[in-house]
Order: sequence, then C-alpha cells, then structure tokens
Amino acid sequence: MAKPKEISSLSYDQAMEELEGIVQQLEAEVGDLDAALALYERGQQLAKHCGELLDSAELRVQQLGADGSLSELE
Amino acid sequence: MQQMGMFASEPKAITVTELTRGLRRAIEAVDVFQNLWVQGEVSNFSRPQSGHWYFTLKDRDAALPCVMWRSTAELQAQIPKNGDHIEVHGGLSIYEAQGRYQLYVDEIRSAGAGTLYQKFIELKNRLDAEGLFERKRSLPAWPRRIGIVTSATGAALQDVLHTLERRYPLAEVVLAPTQVQGPSAAILVADALGILDQFAQPDLILLVRGGGSLEDLAAFNSEIVARAIVRTRAVVVSGVGHETDVTIADFAADLRAPTPTAAAEISTPDVQELRGQLAAVRGRLERQTPAAKILRARQRVDELSLRSGRALAQRARWQRATLQGIAARLGALSPLAVLERGYAVVRAADGKLVRAASEVQPGDALDVRVQRGTLNVEVIDTKED
Repeated sequence: MAKPKEISSLSYDQAMEELEGIVQQLEAEVGDLDAALALYERGQQLAKHCGELLDSAELRVQQLGADGSLSELE
Repeated sequence: MQQMGMFASEPKAITVTELTRGLRRAIEAVDVFQNLWVQGEVSNFSRPQSGHWYFTLKDRDAALPCVMWRSTAELQAQIPKNGDHIEVHGGLSIYEAQGRYQLYVDEIRSAGAGTLYQKFIELKNRLDAEGLFERKRSLPAWPRRIGIVTSATGAALQDVLHTLERRYPLAEVVLAPTQVQGPSAAILVADALGILDQFAQPDLILLVRGGGSLEDLAAFNSEIVARAIVRTRAVVVSGVGHETDVTIADFAADLRAPTPTAAAEISTPDVQELRGQLAAVRGRLERQTPAAKILRARQRVDELSLRSGRALAQRARWQRATLQGIAARLGALSPLAVLERGYAVVRAADGKLVRAASEVQPGDALDVRVQRGTLNVEVIDTKED
C-alpha cells in the first residue's frame, strides 16, 4: 500500500473503500500481529471519520460557468 | 373591426370579457374559419375524465390548440397519439375563460405517420446499429461529485436537489445550467455535458428535464447530445420527462431513470443505508481486535498440534496396514502355499529339482513333495513335450 493519507482529508468514498480493504485484510489473517494492530487502529479511525462525515454532511451546490469556473449557487 | 375602432375611441376602459367576447364573435363571423381542414402533428394529447379530447396540432413554426367534444370523440375509430400526422376539420373560436383561440374539431383523418416520430425512430436505429447505446457502466457506490445538466429554472433541478439533500447530503453538486428547449438547446446541452465533464470532473452526471411533448424533448432526441453523452468520462444517468417518455439520450446514457427525481434516487445511496453499512463494517472490524486476534492465534496453535498428533497416529496406522499387506503377499509366494494349491515339487536322488523329462531316465528314483508328506517314486517312462 502507498503511504497512507491523512484521514481527515479523505472523502467518504475514499475512507469507506480503505476501511473495507482493511477489514478484509484483517479477516484474511495474513501478516504478523504488529501489522494487524496498526491496521486495526487505522480502521477504527476511518470508521470514526466516516461516521462524522455522515453526521455533518450538508449538500453543497455549485454552479459551473461557461468558462469552466465554479461558483456557489443560491 | 368597426367595433374595435369604436372601443379605441371610448375614454372608458372596457372589460376583459367585453374584449374577448367581441373577438370571439368576430372570428365566428368569418365563414372560412368555420369550415377548415388543418394538417399538423399531434402533441400534448390528453383525454381527461370528461371524455373530451384536448391536443395541440403543430408544425415546425406554429401550434394550434384543438378540442374534440366527447360526443364526437366517442365515435372515432382511432385515438390519435402524439406524433401522429393528422388532418382535422372544424371551426375556430375563442375559449373566453383562458383567452385562447382553438379549433373545435368534428372530424379527424390520418395523414400518415408523424414525421418527427419517424425521424426519432430512424435516428435511434442508426445510432443503435453504430453501437452507440452499448456503453453501460456501473454506478459509483459513493459518488463524490455529482454533476447536473438541466435548466437552472426548471422544476427538474429542484426535484433533484431535494432528493439529493434528503438521501445523500455527502455529495458535492455541480450544476451546469443550460437551455433545454428551443432551436439551440441540443448544442447547448451537448456543450454543458462536455464542459461539466472536463472542468468539474464529477464521477456522476444527471441529465434531467421535466416532461413535455416530442417537440419539447427535441434536444434529448438529437444526435449531438447522444454523442456528447457517450464521450463523457463520468457515468451518465438520464431522467427526462415522464415515465412514458423515452428519448435517444435515455438510450445513450449508462442508466435511464423515468423521471428527474428517480434519476437522483437510483444513482445515490440513502444516508440511512450508509449508516447501516458503516455499522456492519465496524462490527466486522471489532471482531478483529488485537486481543481477539491473539486468542485466535493461540487457538490455531492448539488446533495444529492436535491435528499433527492425529496425523502421526494415522501414519502409524497406515504403516501397519502396509506391513500386513506385504506379509500377506509374501505368504502367498511361499512354496508351501503353492503346494497347498495342489502343485508338487519333484527332486532327483541328488536333491536337484527336476524341471524337464530329459533330466531323468526310466528306473530313476525321485522324491515328490506334496503339501503333506513326500512320495518315493520310480520313473517308468519319459516323454518330452
């Protein structure tokens, strides 16, 4: 795996995808206990992050200009 | 027209009813307006509970509202469909309550299949044969950025935004506003798709608009929009019109939804669903705590040693069985076992085994060993094979 990203910067889909990968890896029981411990801790942080994203989510709407620029709608 | 002049010179304003009624009488007074055959294409056909028929007769540049009363409608062999090219007979008048002139139809005759509809079928078949409708990609599980191509002022946009707000507030929405109707709508919609896909890089695009007649949906039935759809990197979900409206854009999209709201619904997970999903993954993670892992690792060691013990015993059993098998086979090879089967061993006086008649002479003494005991015999004669 590449260098793990800062969890707070992950979007829901990124965090969820990584979390599922970690759980599958842990369930496959490969690797030593040290690695498993690190994976488990990261998994917990990812799950917490996903929960927070769901709780705080608010639809953000932007409008695209003809030149490709984005501006907030409303 | 004289009356109009009279009205204009009056200082007092006339009522809407007076004006409308005046116009109606003027129109009804023109004989040629009361005995018309008009040809055009049917659109917005509706047949409410009342049993009357309402539709618009159209061609490229103009539209004529038409009514056929129930008493006449009931006698018609065929019910016109949108897109049908027909000729109607009737008289022109004004529906005062809405200030709208319309043709009161008393006869309908077919003028062949509608040309707009025919063009639609032709284009659909041509693009289909080209393979343009084959790209069907699966939807992103958790779309991050959702693009919307529609009119900024239409109800479709509000429907989609409300649905996304309720179901999936995680999304970041980018609207690419465009005209969806009118002569340049097709080009504008195609451009909006391209710019949105390129600059905002959404993972999903909803291409939506409310219902309308075949003419209103023309942009969504255009070749240029179909081609713009299959060029996008983002997955495209279309939701154009009502349940029954199917457009070329619907065929070209990765997925077709019957309405704008449905497009937003089928392409996003519900936030409640997501909470359940997250809880399930959390549960699986909790079964993988380090403590649980160590416990399981120990269990595994125990199990392995148990299994290796069982394996040794099994191996010993196998070896014993093999030995027994070999002993049995050895036993079968013992000469005594051969004798048991009725054979005999013949030796000469010097103890040599006799294998051929030529080895002995008549009068020689031989020992014949059978299973139980030995016979002393004398050779009477010999005979070679």
